Amino acid sequence: MSKLTDLTIAEARDGLKKKSFSATELTDAHIKAVEKARALNAFVTETPEIARAAAAESDKRIAAGSARPLDGIPLGIKDLFCTKDVLTTAGSHILDGFKPAYESTVTTNLFKDGAVMLGKLNMDEFAMGSSNETSYYGPVINPWRRKGSDTKLVPGGSSGGSSASIAARLVMGATGTDTGGSIRQPAAVTGIAGIKPTYGRCSRWGIVAFASSLDQAGPMARTVRDCAIMLKSMASHDPLDSTSVDLPVPDYEAAMTGNIKGLKVGIPREYRIDGMPAEIEALWQKGIQWLKDAGAEIVDVSLPHTKYALPAYYIVAPAEASSNLARYDGVRFGLRVPGKDITSMYENTRAAGFGREVQRRILIGTYVLSAGYYDAYYIKAQKLRTLIARDFDEAYRKCDVLLTPTAPGPAFGIGEKTDDPISMYLNDVFTVTVNLAGLPGLSVPAGLNSEGLPLGLQIIGKAFDESTLFRVGEVIEKAAGTTPRPQAWWEV
Amino acid sequence: MSVDKDTVRRVARLARIAFPEERLEPMAGELNRILAWVEQLNAVDTSAVEPMTSVVKVSLKMREDQVSDGNRADAVVRNAPLGEDNYFAVPKVVE
Repeated sequence: MSKLTDLTIAEARDGLKKKSFSATELTDAHIKAVEKARALNAFVTETPEIARAAAAESDKRIAAGSARPLDGIPLGIKDLFCTKDVLTTAGSHILDGFKPAYESTVTTNLFKDGAVMLGKLNMDEFAMGSSNETSYYGPVINPWRRKGSDTKLVPGGSSGGSSASIAARLVMGATGTDTGGSIRQPAAVTGIAGIKPTYGRCSRWGIVAFASSLDQAGPMARTVRDCAIMLKSMASHDPLDSTSVDLPVPDYEAAMTGNIKGLKVGIPREYRIDGMPAEIEALWQKGIQWLKDAGAEIVDVSLPHTKYALPAYYIVAPAEASSNLARYDGVRFGLRVPGKDITSMYENTRAAGFGREVQRRILIGTYVLSAGYYDAYYIKAQKLRTLIARDFDEAYRKCDVLLTPTAPGPAFGIGEKTDDPISMYLNDVFTVTVNLAGLPGLSVPAGLNSEGLPLGLQIIGKAFDESTLFRVGEVIEKAAGTTPRPQAWWEV
Repeated sequence: MSVDKDTVRRVARLARIAFPEERLEPMAGELNRILAWVEQLNAVDTSAVEPMTSVVKVSLKMREDQVSDGNRADAVVRNAPLGEDNYFAVPKVVE
């Protein structure tokens, strides 16, 4: 038998059912892997005691024949999800010591289904970043390295602790959140799968808010099937989030028939951007061929407003963030830095508590929402969102899903892009349109580049049609073949 | 629309973030670069377009107007950096 940490969630589920190993053994193997991989800096908080207690409960239920869908499956939780009595930092200094008195709906759902929490995963501060370099707790290191090089690469972001810990076999899967690409882009550059579900599919309750009209939680794991298994548990209607939808959660695994004959796959011509590396274009062509070979019909489509998505996003997201982050005032939770009066206490607390990128975005957001500028910026951006959503509606008259690259390049080196915010923002050029339109997008590992680094393809679907994404995603995954695993250079 | 040092000072004040004098100028530069970049949106005529107000077309649900939670003052204040008897404590605001 292979190592327990090499199993997929689907394989572990079968092994637990057949009693080939216990939930406790599975959890212990992962706790050991986590302890050996601290060089990756993927965890903000490790919770081995909570994990062992949960695994013991799972073993009891498995023995009693009343196993739940995720019983005994060790997961990591992005540190943006509030976890009851467990430190929740959002990667920020300003949440120092914050131990929520409540549990987020998504983690409640996962734990109710038997999942085991190994700990809280590092991330860009307040999910603002594409490389995990804005975390107060330091950057996460990508387990992947360029061939013959020991340069430290970023794991993508903002769910960089999630992507790194899954690729390094520390956890079987993890929660992520995606406001502009924060699940899909890190998944792509670490060779794993990740889906941003349709806006409203998972409850946002108990997730530290970044940009409320864009934020959506989703699963990340090593296979498309594992993401389908996790999403089934994570998704729910929640009266505590008025934007969560009251629609039944489908059996996503049942939809994974492998049959995509006659499915119409749109190729949006505007995603062929200037300066895109040849290897990304080549990968895209390969993906098109794989789907053709599986019987899909390829159609050219146009999403004419694509190039306005990123600038619109960098108005909407900072505007909503500046409003959401107003709550960090040094009064109710987290850090407090004294001042000569209450206003200077607020100002000192926020100056010390927020990192540079977060401050920059709060200032932009405050500026575009300030008197006299609201119409010129925020309303203008929301109008562009209408046009971007309309582009997708038009495209879906001609096709069922869209196929695009996930990210414009492979993982880059730590510090390579931190000097220029706009070059960092461009990492989300293929993912951000989906958030603006509220649609689901799945990133699937699709192979390695010439330097041996993973690349991903993205499948974009109609609202609430995650089932089709999983079906198409598995076809690509199979055609691409098994992604080799990164060498375990981090192990001590 | 160009941001200068005074604008950064004013916006930082609105956002309640203390900003040292020497960081105002560089931040004005950063904000101007980003604002110049988003300015490309002006190339699109949106005079006949409605702004998006809801990402997914669903109508908000109504619920019974009744108390469903409460009496948990301990839990509410327990993360406060400073407090007393289930109150949050702040610097004096009235003389």
